[in-house]
Amino acid sequence: MKKDINLTINGREVSVQAEPRTLLIHLLRDDLDITGPHIGCDTTHCGACTVDVDGRSVKACTFFAAQVDGANITTIEGIADDDGTLHAIQAAFMEKHGLQCGFCTPGMITRAYRLLKENPNPTEEEIRWGISGNLCRCTGYQNIVLAIRHAAETINAKEAAE
Amino acid sequence: MIPGSFEYHRPQSKAEAFSLLEKFGDEGRILAGGHSLIPMMKLRMAVPENIIDIQSLADLKGISISSNTIEIGALTTQYEIIHSKELEAVCPILKEAALLIADPQIRYCGTIGGNVANGDPGNDMPALMQCLNAKYIMENASGEREVSAREFYHAAYFTALEEGEIVTKISIPVPASSSGYAYEKMKRKVGDYATAASAVLLTLNGNECISASIALTNVADIPLFAEEASSMLIGAPLGNRGANAEDVINKAIESLEAICEPASDARGSAEYRTKMAGQMTRQAINSALSRAQS
Repeated sequence: MKKDINLTINGREVSVQAEPRTLLIHLLRDDLDITGPHIGCDTTHCGACTVDVDGRSVKACTFFAAQVDGANITTIEGIADDDGTLHAIQAAFMEKHGLQCGFCTPGMITRAYRLLKENPNPTEEEIRWGISGNLCRCTGYQNIVLAIRHAAETINAKEAAE
Repeated sequence: MIPGSFEYHRPQSKAEAFSLLEKFGDEGRILAGGHSLIPMMKLRMAVPENIIDIQSLADLKGISISSNTIEIGALTTQYEIIHSKELEAVCPILKEAALLIADPQIRYCGTIGGNVANGDPGNDMPALMQCLNAKYIMENASGEREVSAREFYHAAYFTALEEGEIVTKISIPVPASSSGYAYEKMKRKVGDYATAASAVLLTLNGNECISASIALTNVADIPLFAEEASSMLIGAPLGNRGANAEDVINKAIESLEAICEPASDARGSAEYRTKMAGQMTRQAINSALSRAQS
């Protein structure tokens, strides 16, 4: 039986009906047309479905929709400014070529978003451990790590100037 | 992969959770972080008709530390354990082990209560709790009782937890501040369960080892407290690695390998995994000795 689920997604209040067994990733993609979070492995390994739930990076393939009733969720769609200006992490992934096929990128950026909130000035090693729940099969991670490091510098420089 | 249908319940109090558990019996399952149960449900290896999501039970959250005892609410996540400075100050092995569990996203969700109560031999916290001589506090509608981590595990997924009970709290004796500790885990990649892992806690008086406790992860269908190997270290002059120290450690490791009964699987043959349990223990003893203050 479907039940009401109320969420805030990317700053917008949403009310949707879903079966309790509906996985969060399916609620987002199929019911709400939020298709940035990807389904990669569907087994909690790859991190392509990473979204931010109440300040935690989580894998949306391993959450029931019912569990996030009342939660505040940010997906890759909510990371840029409303006017379309890219977030510093998104800009850094472009500038440092932190992607090839792009499939893992929404998860990588959403994870990096939380990582930099918690640790604004991470070392390379901290970045590598911080994204160890996100797999990329193209890049060898080098440019992803460079991009996150570059984003941290951009954000810190901007905050220092303010 | 879509799990089977179920009814979802989110109790707002322990009393409500107990009454739901009583009502549904073996057709109800507790959901905490969900990162053991949901994958099992997606594979349809678990098909509970009722999910009792205990995320709102504030009584089951938080860490409190007194001079003798650490109490960790069952819903405390691995992330919270890693980031608690207070916990790190009195029992740093908890952070060391938690950092080796799964990956960052999973650690935001996975709880210590779920990790110890599920009875999965691959979980890391059970052996660590045996090493630290922790107790699990279990409650139902009529009260609470406690069971030692060393007595809790009967077989894979079979534990002392009775139907209708919830593990609500973990109670750990504060280790001596001079003690040395280490959790050493061999795994194939981030996120993997252990090929073998070993938790060691010991204290020195001068060079003499005066207490020692070793427990092993994922080398039997339950976590193993290596009682005999632990006691073999006590009284030995381990501190300066002098005299017969190496001999004592070798014999203790032999004794510990003798109680290992791992499965032969993708992580290696039973023989290999047994030897790795010995090797992880050797590394953990060495690291613990270097950290212990005599």
